[in-house]
Amino acid sequence: MSAPQGEIVLKIDNINTYYGHIHALKGISLDVRQGEIVTLIGTNGAGKSTTLRTISGVVRPRTGKVTFKGKDITGMKSHEIQAMGMSHVPEGRRIFPQLTVMENLDMGAWNVKESKEIEKRKQRVFELFPRMKERIFQKGGTLSGGEQQMLAIGRALMVDPDILLLDEPSMGLAPVLVEVIFDIILQLNKQGTTILLVEQNALMALEVASRGYVLQTGEITLSDSAQNLANNDSVRKAYLGEE
Amino acid sequence: MNAPGVITEPQPVKISALMQFRQSWFYRFILFPLGQILLFILGATVVLTIAVYLIAYILPPPNSRVFVPDAIGRQLASWIINGVSIGFLYAMIALGYTMVYGVLKFINFAHAEIFMVGGIVGYEVTMRLNEAGILADMNPALMVTFMVLTAMLISGTLAVIVERVAYRPLRRAPRLVPLITAIGLSFILQDVVRATMQITRAQFDLVYPTKNIAVYTTPIRFTIGENPVSVRPTFVLIIIAAIIMLVALNYFVNGTKWGRAIRAVSQDQTMSGLLGVNVNQLIALTFFIGGALGGAAGALFGLNTGSVNAYMGVTPGLKAFIAAVLGGIGNLTGALLGGLTIGLIESYLNGFLFFYDSIGLGFRWTDVFVFLVLILMLLFRPSGILGEKVDEKV
Repeated sequence: MSAPQGEIVLKIDNINTYYGHIHALKGISLDVRQGEIVTLIGTNGAGKSTTLRTISGVVRPRTGKVTFKGKDITGMKSHEIQAMGMSHVPEGRRIFPQLTVMENLDMGAWNVKESKEIEKRKQRVFELFPRMKERIFQKGGTLSGGEQQMLAIGRALMVDPDILLLDEPSMGLAPVLVEVIFDIILQLNKQGTTILLVEQNALMALEVASRGYVLQTGEITLSDSAQNLANNDSVRKAYLGEE
Repeated sequence: MNAPGVITEPQPVKISALMQFRQSWFYRFILFPLGQILLFILGATVVLTIAVYLIAYILPPPNSRVFVPDAIGRQLASWIINGVSIGFLYAMIALGYTMVYGVLKFINFAHAEIFMVGGIVGYEVTMRLNEAGILADMNPALMVTFMVLTAMLISGTLAVIVERVAYRPLRRAPRLVPLITAIGLSFILQDVVRATMQITRAQFDLVYPTKNIAVYTTPIRFTIGENPVSVRPTFVLIIIAAIIMLVALNYFVNGTKWGRAIRAVSQDQTMSGLLGVNVNQLIALTFFIGGALGGAAGALFGLNTGSVNAYMGVTPGLKAFIAAVLGGIGNLTGALLGGLTIGLIESYLNGFLFFYDSIGLGFRWTDVFVFLVLILMLLFRPSGILGEKVDEKV
């Protein structure tokens, strides 16, 4: 395998995050380079979501440093980090149930000033998900689970970030839709978006990613190229469901 | 479920003419809010009118010299106008409670004092205009607009300051803490205003200097059928001002980017932050709008009653709170509906209970029945008329 290439855009240095007395992340360090898809895999409660939440400013680490585009963003508010070009799609879709589909998409473009650009991005979302176009005046909360996931991804596309943090994009979706979501992830990456992907579905995640980190009870136990991880015996046993 | 759209042929988009009309600017921001207001008033009046007639026939007051249903018929028009105008005031205050509840999920009990400050500011503005000698010759519409806008600006700013100083540091505290802070703030604001006004004006009750201006005191008289109706001009003023503000608020909340963000923040603060919305800024904006509406209500209330003091906020504030709960707290339409309902109930009771004075049930019982409405509501439908549990798909 070749060493990772490209400039480091996101770097986490020895982060410790607590929820009250619970030590959720125990000295995690990782980096993401320009144009990569990096995946974090691990069991429930390993700290994958917490890692993303710490990066995007939802929770603050007690110690450690997060650097984004060469700037120390530790302790910054999430809207300030978002404005620098990072978008975090959290676990569980989190669409606004009382806003219409159109309004949900518009919220994605909060920091986009030009209405032409917003329109262009909307058209792109509708091309990917024609179903959304039929539902533009419908409230987000009335959509089916799969449609809500499409809307959540669509809203992330409206942001058009430099780096996208995706938390369980395939959770609870029909297999055919999982394929679609992963297709979109690859497509976005080809267009230059750097992606940090958290997935339960380790098999799919390692298929699209270039590198991966394995997280176990708040610590990184393994880091390697995606291919090597997929071939690693202990990973196969623990996360790919093989004997 | 069906295969996703990317794989199947995109289906033709069907948007009917009716749907298109319902998305039009005219429908959403003019026809719909005005229609809604009219419908609420109509509905509440019909129900209340039927109720008072029924009671009057079934339980007529003993030894009454008048035939009550006839008397009701003569007074009904003024009850309605009175109720609608006071109802609009309650609705404007209730919107402040409900908007803040929407974003922070707590009851800002200091809002009654924001309303009171509006009344005091209205007094100061009219007094200063009077002292400058221009009040008597001033165009009444211009004067009211100026007074209301000043009250809105100052009350709104005060609400923002209160949020910044007293509530924001407690954002992560248990829910009871900001609630108690709000009650404490209420007392502080009352006494600060009372002390200030007693020092500067040497008076407790502050009388609006509009007594001698004919436009504000001459009732508008007309007849419906054979019944003469007389309406205080301030009632008309309140109704016009309230409708303008409610339509503007509806446009702001449902038609602008900032209004959309307020709704987003009230549904999911974390997600709004992740999409780049400065949540603290939006919360401050919500307090400003709620405070401004309360301030406008205070100034109009002061102009209507003619006299204000530092404790004037307590009862209207409490009734507006009932209105917000009645309509479904957190729901803007609910606050409007609740305010109009409470205002009309109060006005009907004020008039109707008068007939029962001989058995000891005068209009002083009005508030007892209004608060009874709250108790019944909390017993049988605690989420309010329009309140519903937001269902989120897991």
